[in-house]
Amino acid sequence: MSRKEIIKVDRLRREFIVGDETVKALRGVSFTIHEGEFVTIMGTSGSGKSTLLNILGCLDTPTSGQYILDGVSVQKMSKNQRAVTRNRKIGFVFQNYNLLPKTTAIENVELPLLYNSAIDAKERRRRAIAALEAVELGSRLNHKSNQMSGGQQQRVAIARALVNDPVLILADEATGNLDTRTSFSILTLFQEFHARGRTIVFVTHNPELAGYSSRNIVLRDGKVVSDTLNPSPLSARLAYENLPKETD
Amino acid sequence: MKFINLLKIAIKALNNNKLRCFLTMLGIIIGVASVITMLAIGQGSKMSIRDQISEMGSNMIMIHPGNMQRGGVRQNSDDMQTLKESDYLALKDLPGVAAVSPTVSSSGQMVNGNNNYPTQIQGITPEYLDIRKFKVKDGTMFTDHDIKSAAKVCVLGKTVVDNLFPDGSDPIGRVVRFGKIPFTVVGVLESKGTNSMGQDQDDIVLAPYTSVMKRILAIDYIQGIFASATDEAQTEQTIEQMTDLLRERHKILPTADSDFEIRSQQELSQMMNSTSDMMTILLACIAGISLLVGGIGIMNIMYVSVTERTREIGLRMAIGARGIDILSQFLIEAIIISVSGGILGVVLGTLAAWIVNVVANWPVYIQIWSVLLSFAVCTVTGVFFGWYPAKKAAGLDPIEAIRYE
Repeated sequence: MSRKEIIKVDRLRREFIVGDETVKALRGVSFTIHEGEFVTIMGTSGSGKSTLLNILGCLDTPTSGQYILDGVSVQKMSKNQRAVTRNRKIGFVFQNYNLLPKTTAIENVELPLLYNSAIDAKERRRRAIAALEAVELGSRLNHKSNQMSGGQQQRVAIARALVNDPVLILADEATGNLDTRTSFSILTLFQEFHARGRTIVFVTHNPELAGYSSRNIVLRDGKVVSDTLNPSPLSARLAYENLPKETD
Repeated sequence: MKFINLLKIAIKALNNNKLRCFLTMLGIIIGVASVITMLAIGQGSKMSIRDQISEMGSNMIMIHPGNMQRGGVRQNSDDMQTLKESDYLALKDLPGVAAVSPTVSSSGQMVNGNNNYPTQIQGITPEYLDIRKFKVKDGTMFTDHDIKSAAKVCVLGKTVVDNLFPDGSDPIGRVVRFGKIPFTVVGVLESKGTNSMGQDQDDIVLAPYTSVMKRILAIDYIQGIFASATDEAQTEQTIEQMTDLLRERHKILPTADSDFEIRSQQELSQMMNSTSDMMTILLACIAGISLLVGGIGIMNIMYVSVTERTREIGLRMAIGARGIDILSQFLIEAIIISVSGGILGVVLGTLAAWIVNVVANWPVYIQIWSVLLSFAVCTVTGVFFGWYPAKKAAGLDPIEAIRYE
């Protein structure tokens, strides 16, 4: 069976000029991610994973090489076209949540749809509620971001990433700021979305997480050093349930 | 991107910072309020001057002998003898002239028993009342017959009556002296109060011009002519006709200067208008400066706001806001601050103008254009001072912005 190619990168290079030195962040990265894959991209700091994430997220363009997202070549796009692509095809989840302060959960989730004029206020609200229910926050629609715990904030951020029904969810160290229990509950959420056919790219430096994804790409010094499929990922839910209950 | 969505985003953002938003607005509020109040005061004084001038007789024309040189010495125009009684009679027949009166005047002491008062006696004809908008309150005006006979009769202004008859007795029929010459009081003028230049218009004694010419001054010329045009709009034309007639009568060569001077209230009112316009401009400038300061306040706050909200901007860009969306958002925020500040400023300015009117009793007049103008200036201020910070926000790199600490 041939699944749809969501991401196809081919000999991706990205160079930065710092002072009079040229830093080669990516030195020819190639891979293809199909629909429904849960891919962890792993690497230590300086491995180029942040640069790769920026390119995959259409925030940056490669110096050379091809990037095709959902059948469309990204590097030919203008800045504005990339903004629209981000709005329609990508859902971001960041390490530090990046919710708007003093803003309710539902308003945070509605935000991407505000930049999509094809969706009216009623549809926007309906979709935002659905997305928040999907992350089990249906009862906290009107809580403000500063009244929520880190885990809840990250759930709101995930709902925000889902609300535009993207072809790709890009998570950048999405569990990096959370304690182990909350990390596993967030990871459980990602696995559930994966099980429902979502394509997820999870960028992290934490090697533990590789066991929970269906595929693991390791970067080092701007190159792919390993790309392995994981036919039987661990269950984050089990891990969560097996964690010792907090006693103190 | 729908405009209504941008508006929602901007209002939400402002709502998150109510106090700061209000303080920024305060600059604009004070600026607009001062523009409105200052212009109201300026316009109010202009209106009241205009009213006073028209009360003085807006279509009044004054003819004085020219202030010319005689043998190198400049002469006081009152001593010039270029205007004759016959000039007055000739002007009387000119079409477009509603009323005309010669004037001769003399200063001196008015005496009634042991009360006396220094004043000026004006020699005129009864038509003078129409020209200057005087009214006889008690008694009557003297008649043309009194003029022919150079009768020793007079009509007194209220100030003169108050000083000569301090006991409040009826002056009609009483005999008062101007210097040594006795005059019978036939009437008292209705009080007009002071004019716009602070002159007491009731400090006046009117008498037949013939009496003043012959009995007091012993001259055969007149010192001036007061006339009024039938129609205020025709004043200019009437003046031209008068000039032509007098030049012809005085046999003045076309190349020579006139030996008389004709002035109208229009010139005076223009002069007064230009004075009060200047005052209005001055006030508006001061107020405009405060509006400018308010605008710089907006720029300052928007600038801080852009820096403070770098992460938010980065996030908005990451989830699909284009540069133009970010630019519009910040611009709309600046415009909302300035326009709502403008609305509050108009309300406050109107209120302040009303208080000035009630408490200080100054005339105020709020013109709709001054409201529209300050409103327009506000919006322009918002766009102008909001543009730079908004441009900065839109130019941010989303990658750096979202990781900004």
